[in-house]
Amino acid sequence: MSAPTPTEDRPTEPTATTSTPPATSSKPPKLSKPSRSSAVGRPHAAWALPGVLFFAFFAVVPMLLAFYLSFTSWDGLGDPQPVGLDNWRKLIDDDRMVQSLWLTVLLTAASWVFQTVIALLLGVWAAGRQRNRAVLSAIFFVPFLLSSTAIALLFYALLDPNFGIIQENILGSSSGAFLAIVFVGGWQFIPFHTLIYQGGARQIPEVLYQAAAIDGAGRYRQFFSITLPQLRHTVTTSTVLLVVGSLTYFETVLILTKGGPGTDTAILPYLMYEAGFKSYDFGYASAIASFLVVTATGLSLILVRLTGFGSMRSTREGM
Amino acid sequence: MSHDTLPRPRPAKTEERPTPPPPQRRRKHWTKRGNPVSGLGSVVWLAIVVVPIYAMLSASLTSQDKALTGNPLNPPTSPTLDNYNTVLNSGFGHLLSNTAIVAVAVVAIVLGLSVPIAYVAVRTRNRWSGLAFRLFLLGVAIPAQAVVVPLYLLIAKLNLYDSLLAVILPTAAFAMPVSVLVLVGTLRDVSEDLYEAMALDGASPQRMLFQLAIPLAKGGISTVVIFAALQAWNGFLFPLIFTQSDGPRVLTLGLFNYVSQFGVNIPALLASVVLSGIPIFAVYLVARRALVGGLMGVGGK
Repeated sequence: MSAPTPTEDRPTEPTATTSTPPATSSKPPKLSKPSRSSAVGRPHAAWALPGVLFFAFFAVVPMLLAFYLSFTSWDGLGDPQPVGLDNWRKLIDDDRMVQSLWLTVLLTAASWVFQTVIALLLGVWAAGRQRNRAVLSAIFFVPFLLSSTAIALLFYALLDPNFGIIQENILGSSSGAFLAIVFVGGWQFIPFHTLIYQGGARQIPEVLYQAAAIDGAGRYRQFFSITLPQLRHTVTTSTVLLVVGSLTYFETVLILTKGGPGTDTAILPYLMYEAGFKSYDFGYASAIASFLVVTATGLSLILVRLTGFGSMRSTREGM
Repeated sequence: MSHDTLPRPRPAKTEERPTPPPPQRRRKHWTKRGNPVSGLGSVVWLAIVVVPIYAMLSASLTSQDKALTGNPLNPPTSPTLDNYNTVLNSGFGHLLSNTAIVAVAVVAIVLGLSVPIAYVAVRTRNRWSGLAFRLFLLGVAIPAQAVVVPLYLLIAKLNLYDSLLAVILPTAAFAMPVSVLVLVGTLRDVSEDLYEAMALDGASPQRMLFQLAIPLAKGGISTVVIFAALQAWNGFLFPLIFTQSDGPRVLTLGLFNYVSQFGVNIPALLASVVLSGIPIFAVYLVARRALVGGLMGVGGK
C-alpha cells in the first residue's frame, strides 16, 4: 500500500459519501490533506439497508397495511373486502370511541402528572451521593425489574377484596379502576423515570449552585431557578417516553380490569384488541389502530418540535 | 449562618472532595438541617414500593386456605414452599427458557442491525443516511398495538404463526428506533480526529467500526443490550397474538395463563410472579451499576 498517500487507496466507496470531489470542495477552509482524508473511511450508506428493510418490513409496512385494512371488511379468513369509509364512519359514530379517546387522554394526563412529579423529585433527591440515598434508590428500582404482566398480576391479587388487604372492591368502581391503572403504571415506571432524572440532575454543573449559594439563594429557590430549568430536556425525553407509553398501556388494563367495569377503562389499544381478536372485525380494529398511529405520531411530532429533541441541542448552550 | 458556607443541599456531591477539612463539620451541619420534606417523601415512597412486594412474598409463602383467612400483611405463621412447587411443576422452566431465547435473539438482531445504521448516520452524511435516521426518529412513535392486526396477517403468510420467531422478529423491529437513537447519540461523541488518524493509516470503514467506534461506544451498546433484553422480557402483546400453543409460550404469557389455571389460588399466582422476577433480580444484584447506567442511557446521556 502506498503509505505516504493514504487517500488514494479507497476505491470501495464510489457513491457512498457526497462523492469524493465535491466533498473536498465543500470544506475549503481546511488544509487539503485533512479534508481529503475525512472523505475516506466512511461507510457506504448501504450499510444501513438491512436494518432499514427489516424495520420497514415489520413496522412500517404493517402500519401502511393497517391503513389499507381500515377501508376493508375482514374477519381474518378469506380476503379483505373493500368497504370504503364504513369503518371510519362507524368509528366516528361509536360512543365507546369517544369515551375511550377521552379516557386515553385522561389516563395519559394523570400518568404524566403522577409519574413526572414523583420521578422528578425522587430523581433529583437520588442524584445526591449520600449513602442512604444510594441504598434507598437501589430499593426504589426493584418494581421496574418485574414485567408489566407480573406487576398487573401482583396488583390483581392484592386488590382482590377476598384477599384481604383492601376490603373494598376498588376495581368494581369506574373511578377506582381508573386510579388503580394510573397507580400501577406509576408503580412500575416511576423507577425508570427517576433514573432518567437522576442522570440529568447529576449533569447539572456544580458551579451554578455555588453561584446561587453566593447570591444567597436557598434550597427551594435553587431547585426552581437552577434544577428545573436545567432539567428541561430531561423532562422532554421522559415526557415523550411516558406519553407514547401511556397511549399503549395494554396488559395492565387487560389483566386488571378487562376494560371494565362496563367499558369504563377500555382505552384505545384495548378497544382495538377487542374489536380485532375478540370480535374478529379486523377492518374496524385497523381503523382504531390507524387512529392510534396518527394520534401517537402527531403527539410525538408536536413534542419533538416544541422541544428540539430531534436536534439534540445541549442544555449547556450559551454557558 | 452564612449561606455561602453551606453545602448545596440538593443534588450531587454534598461533600466536595477538594476541601478536606470542613466536611466533618459540614456533614454534621447537613444532617442537622437535613431536608425534612424530601426525607419524609422518600420514606413514604419506600412504603409504597415495599409494602406490595412484602405482601407478595408473604402471601406466596402461605398455604391457600390460610391466605383466605389471615391478613396478608402479617408474616406467614407456617411458611410453606408448596406454592412454588406448584408453579415450578407447571412448566415454569420451559417458559423461562423460551423467554431467554427470545431475549438473546432480540438483542443479537437489534445490535447487528442498529449499529451499522447509527454508524452510517453519524459518519456518512448524505441524503440516504439522513433519511434512514429520520425513519427511526419517527419510528419511535409507532405503537406496537397499531400494527398487530397486519402483522398477524404477515406472520400467518410467512408461516411463522405460533413459533418463537413470530415473537422475536417484531419485538426486535420495535426495539430498533430507540436503539438507533441511543447509538447515534453515543457515536456522535467519537472524535472526528480519531477517525482521521485511522484514515491516515489506511483503515477501512469496517476496521474503524470495530476498532474505534464500537469500543468507544460501549456505554451506548450496553444501553441497547439492556433495553432490547427488557423489551423481550416484558413483551406481552406479540406473544399473546402471535403464539397459541405451549411450545413457544414465553414467561409473560405463561403468567397471564396462570390466572385462569390457578383461578382463586392467589398464593400460587403470587409465587409465579416472584419466580418470574428472580432471574432479572439476580442480574440486578450482580450488575446493578451496568443495568442502571445502561438504562440511564435510554433517557439520553
